[in-house]
Amino acid sequence: MKIVLNGEAFSAQSSDLDALLAELDYEPALVATAVNETFVRAKERSATPLREGDRVEILTPRQGG
Amino acid sequence: MDEFAKKDLLHFYDVAVTSRLLVGTAQYPSPAILAEALRASHAEIVTVSLRREAGGGRAGESFWELIRSLGLRVLPNTAGCRTVKEAVATAQMARDLFGTPWIKLEVIGEEDLLAPDVFGLVEAARILCDDGFHVFPYTTEDLVVAEKLLDAGCKVLMPWGAPIGSGRGLNNLFGLRAMRAHFPDIPLVIDAGLGAPSQAAQAFELGYDAVLLNTAIARAGDPVAMARAFAAACDAGRTAFRALPMEPRDMAEPSTPVLGKAFT
Repeated sequence: MKIVLNGEAFSAQSSDLDALLAELDYEPALVATAVNETFVRAKERSATPLREGDRVEILTPRQGG
Repeated sequence: MDEFAKKDLLHFYDVAVTSRLLVGTAQYPSPAILAEALRASHAEIVTVSLRREAGGGRAGESFWELIRSLGLRVLPNTAGCRTVKEAVATAQMARDLFGTPWIKLEVIGEEDLLAPDVFGLVEAARILCDDGFHVFPYTTEDLVVAEKLLDAGCKVLMPWGAPIGSGRGLNNLFGLRAMRAHFPDIPLVIDAGLGAPSQAAQAFELGYDAVLLNTAIARAGDPVAMARAFAAACDAGRTAFRALPMEPRDMAEPSTPVLGKAFT
């Protein structure tokens, strides 16, 4: 399935957001997620299916001012 | 810390802190220098952000491990957000990840000065406060905007000293003084624009409760020494404010007693 992951085209094997994190080898507690510009809570990821063309954001802690 | 300083607690929402210097974590030469500078600053609160990983890296995990190892309270920001929707979504993601209701709310309105979009700021602040966030709004010294932010539920205001990263200090002394006078009981934090420790001391001498800065320490030739200098300046300015400085006057008045002078 083709999605847009962090602004770039990506071919995902996973059918939900939780599985996508595992596919990408992210530690689930160390990321925040959104699909189509809408925030998805950590506990809602497994119930969030991915669809063709979805825009997925996976963000991590970073330096900030 | 002496007894005078110990009693001087600052409350942000339900949290009491003793350090009045809030420090950003970006632009340091290395993680080791960041850690050493944060220690030297005696900051209890540091700002952090949320970003995409680049090129499949895992820089976020090691950064977060470093911050947690220092035992500091984090104030996540919505830096770079230009719409209410972006800022609200970023704040929600930050709460989910960092486990804090605190959010440094930035809604940027234009590129040259990175000036706050105060209309979007008020709208986003209302949404987030209604959702249980403890909002720290990055704003201007405009009193009307400030009133609306408080009405939205903010219990802290963070006016800019000068544009982010400019190092210009307190650009609008009159406006900042008026803001302090107008909101005597609201925690006020100078956020952004400070370049030198003397400017931080000046903010405290005006009666501001805290300062938040990043670039002035991170981009100094010696960030650790500069962090120490800012910590000392904040302490000096705050102590001077509490010690009630003398009122300036136009004419000279001899400090040495006139009485008893010879040859009179």
